[in-house]
Amino acid sequence: MRNRNATAYRFLTPYLLIFAIFWVWPIISSFMISFQATRTVPWRFAPGFNWGRLIGDPAFFNALKNTLLILVIQVPAMIALAMLMAVLLNSPLLKARGLYRFAFFAPVVVGEVAYSAVFRLMFSLDFGIVNKLLNSIGLPKIDWFSNVTPAMALIMIAVTWRWAGYNAIILLAGMQSIPEDVYEAATLDRVSKLKQFFYITLPLLKPVIVFCAVLSIIGTMQLFTEPFLITERGGPGGGTETLGLLLYRQGFRSLNFGYASAVAYTMAGLAIAITLVQLWLTREPK
Amino acid sequence: MSSLASARLKRSIALHLFLTPLALIWLFPLWMMVVFSTMPDNGIFSPGIELLPHGNFIDNFNNLQRDTDFVGAIVISVCVAVTYTFLSVMLTSMAGWALARYQFVGKGVVVAIILGTITLPYAVVLIPQFIMVARDFKLANTWVALIVPPLFNSLGVLFMRQSFSMMPDDLFDAARVEGVKEWRIYVFIALPLARPMLAALCIILFLASWNNYLWPLLINSQPGSMTAPVALGTLIGLTKVSWGGIMAGAVMLTVPMLIVFVLLQRHFIAGIAAGAVK
Repeated sequence: MRNRNATAYRFLTPYLLIFAIFWVWPIISSFMISFQATRTVPWRFAPGFNWGRLIGDPAFFNALKNTLLILVIQVPAMIALAMLMAVLLNSPLLKARGLYRFAFFAPVVVGEVAYSAVFRLMFSLDFGIVNKLLNSIGLPKIDWFSNVTPAMALIMIAVTWRWAGYNAIILLAGMQSIPEDVYEAATLDRVSKLKQFFYITLPLLKPVIVFCAVLSIIGTMQLFTEPFLITERGGPGGGTETLGLLLYRQGFRSLNFGYASAVAYTMAGLAIAITLVQLWLTREPK
Repeated sequence: MSSLASARLKRSIALHLFLTPLALIWLFPLWMMVVFSTMPDNGIFSPGIELLPHGNFIDNFNNLQRDTDFVGAIVISVCVAVTYTFLSVMLTSMAGWALARYQFVGKGVVVAIILGTITLPYAVVLIPQFIMVARDFKLANTWVALIVPPLFNSLGVLFMRQSFSMMPDDLFDAARVEGVKEWRIYVFIALPLARPMLAALCIILFLASWNNYLWPLLINSQPGSMTAPVALGTLIGLTKVSWGGIMAGAVMLTVPMLIVFVLLQRHFIAGIAAGAVK
């Protein structure tokens, strides 16, 4: 490792330039835009204009409520499922490991639009394969798109399908980096597999789980494509409207950049708060 | 010992009995994507349960091409993804190299900022990026707009930094003693050594560009400048549209990536898992 400022910055410049133009400036800019009235030309500084509207806007609280609901249910369920996948894929007893890995990891390469289209067809009321299968085993059809609860469930199912394998890959890599002899010693001491999981795997994997949780929370916080395409613009009647969708609607349909920026900063604030809480919860004991 | 062996067998059977249905459920949407793409529209919207492919893919593809210029959109998507991957690998590997191999003023700050952006929602930069690219630079509906703004990525740089910092020092020091310039050391010694990691990075970046939806949806909304996912997305929700065609498009977006995934699984997984092992 050598101390060479000029050389180092020569390698870093292109990257930092892109970063400055397309990230640093926008971060500052959207903060400032959130304090401006942007529906009149020229924009004027009006500190309470967007933020005042935000705290009294039922559409905002509806989107916030939906986003947090998805966050609270879907993220823990998905991480638990990903954990289960990773543990089972890691089992030495598993045969045809490649096939199982393919099944769980394949959704990682599937684009949002492609899978949204498939889920829409699969869950349609009268001709969707899911309702047909439910019917064939004697269960009633579910109207996934006209009622809020099933529509929310559908969004969560879709996101979980798409991202559980992604998290399983990260968790699996984390598990495989735990030294084998820890488990061997535990097995010699007749510690059951279940106890090994709770007393060895989970604690050692904590940083990786936190990493997955943070990435998933940031992703779900911005959830846009699934309610945009699957439940058609946050339907039924705003029942699956998310903050991401509200931002899109305000910013790019109504071209109200100021209000959309306030929504964006709310998302950022929430993301940072949740991340800090998680870091605090999982801090190393002194 | 035989009771131990039979216990193992029981555990193994239980494992497979649990995992197989789960794997089938997980594969089901992909399988149905293929099935739908080969069915005529009146077959998709019929009361029967169809779980096997038919022979209608070409007709569906023609319907799709009638609804939107999907082939043109695919060409744009491929060109953009290739260019983006090349540029992004260059930028991120150079930055990763600098962070891994040199000590310099401000290094801690740079690393902290990169780490910080991981937890920052993209939504915060979206609106100013759009205003800047569309209004100030007047670049909406161009390839540049699709390629350049997404070039910044934080996980890729951290991945390359980790890859370069694992290489032994003496390798580079020997070259330095010979008077080899730093950029030559990077290009001719470090990059070839990092080939597996670069492959992983390429795949992840290509995939990210190929599947990117929100930014291309906003910035390249004119027909004729849309990427393939955006073009396909415009059809979802229309009333008079061929769903068999939409599924044919979904298959064309997905199956090539699945093949790449199967062939290069190791690199793929290395790229995604990079965040886990520090």
